[in-house]
Amino acid sequence: MTAAISTVTGAAHTAILGIAGYRPSRVVSNEEICQHIDSTDEWIRTRSGIVERRWAEPHETVQMMSVASARKALERADIDPAQIDCIIVATVSHLMQTPAVASLVAEELGSTPAAAFDISAACAGFCHGVSLAADMVRSGTAKYVLAIGVERLSDITDPTDRGTAFIFADGAGSAVIGPADTEGIGPVVWGADGSKYDLIRQKESWADVLQSDKPEMPTLRMDGNPVFRWASYEMAKIAREALDRAGVTVDDLDVFVPHQANMRIVDAMARALKLPESVVVARDIAYQGNTSAASIPLAAAALLESGEAKSGDCALFIAFGAGLAYAAQVVLLP
Amino acid sequence: MASTEEIRSGLADIVNEVAGIPADEVQLDKSFTDDLDVDSLSMVEVVVAAEENFGVKIPDDEVKNLHTVGDAVAFIESNQST
Repeated sequence: MTAAISTVTGAAHTAILGIAGYRPSRVVSNEEICQHIDSTDEWIRTRSGIVERRWAEPHETVQMMSVASARKALERADIDPAQIDCIIVATVSHLMQTPAVASLVAEELGSTPAAAFDISAACAGFCHGVSLAADMVRSGTAKYVLAIGVERLSDITDPTDRGTAFIFADGAGSAVIGPADTEGIGPVVWGADGSKYDLIRQKESWADVLQSDKPEMPTLRMDGNPVFRWASYEMAKIAREALDRAGVTVDDLDVFVPHQANMRIVDAMARALKLPESVVVARDIAYQGNTSAASIPLAAAALLESGEAKSGDCALFIAFGAGLAYAAQVVLLP
Repeated sequence: MASTEEIRSGLADIVNEVAGIPADEVQLDKSFTDDLDVDSLSMVEVVVAAEENFGVKIPDDEVKNLHTVGDAVAFIESNQST
């Protein structure tokens, strides 16, 4: 006789219960960036909207920034670290390949023996994490989940590369996801396009680095114009699909929080989506730079802290980047 | 099919909308970057709007060959569907 395997059931609805960011202490100006590339403050501002960015100091490690943002998010959600069943860390810049930094984050937070693992979906990582977390809560495999996006991109950025040196930055953002009375996290629209794998990537593989006569850190490279085109227009279609799947229209939106890749992409997407003027658009990139997986939780938390957004606001998250991977969902802000 | 002048005029309206350049300055001999101050990202926006407006496909590899307004008009003219 075949054994009968029991299943578990989860919550009917999920929501983000708390969200918070951690910004590294060192402010890096465009002038400092221009010491290594032939550029100007004005050129950087017009091409990216970046006025300054934050880079981590040595003590602001991937683990430290993750824990700092997670503690604040847990406090805001009023959830004890011991109640967390799973921790998902989205990052591409934890330079210890294995084990996952999530294990250390769980241990330092006091969440052990929560399940803990890292995911690699580059700039789209946080939205992937939120989707996984919501599905876990709905399916009953976890009650409370921490989704963290964290990067120290300054470690893997070539300061002399004119295409990326001024863009990338460091930081962390965390969200606590758990059960709710009504739905707070809409269906994800996600995907990847491996035909565009080369557009944003590590310069060379570790295997190639090890065979080189002069091994160097394999830094990030990006083909800016095709990425701009893909992100601004193809992603607007994904954003619309996420709204449709959640059963809302742009008129229902209060806040738009796209991945903070480049202010020009934020502007082009907002235009392509024909957002009403009443929608608050996150523009955190101006003073934070592009922090990849951390950018959406950092930007969303900042809008809540400043009062530009409030609890219960309907927000559209959309993230996109290397892979090319993308994910979008409509959420209610905590 | 649109005539050369119709394409130039349509493109001029797009450049005006994307980059705020007065449409009457968008003439065939003008360079997008040197004369009209259209940077590479704005050029991407112009190209996407032109694709939609004129029903053509302008691949990424082709965009870097479109130095002048005349280059873009010629490309659209020879690639628009009948």
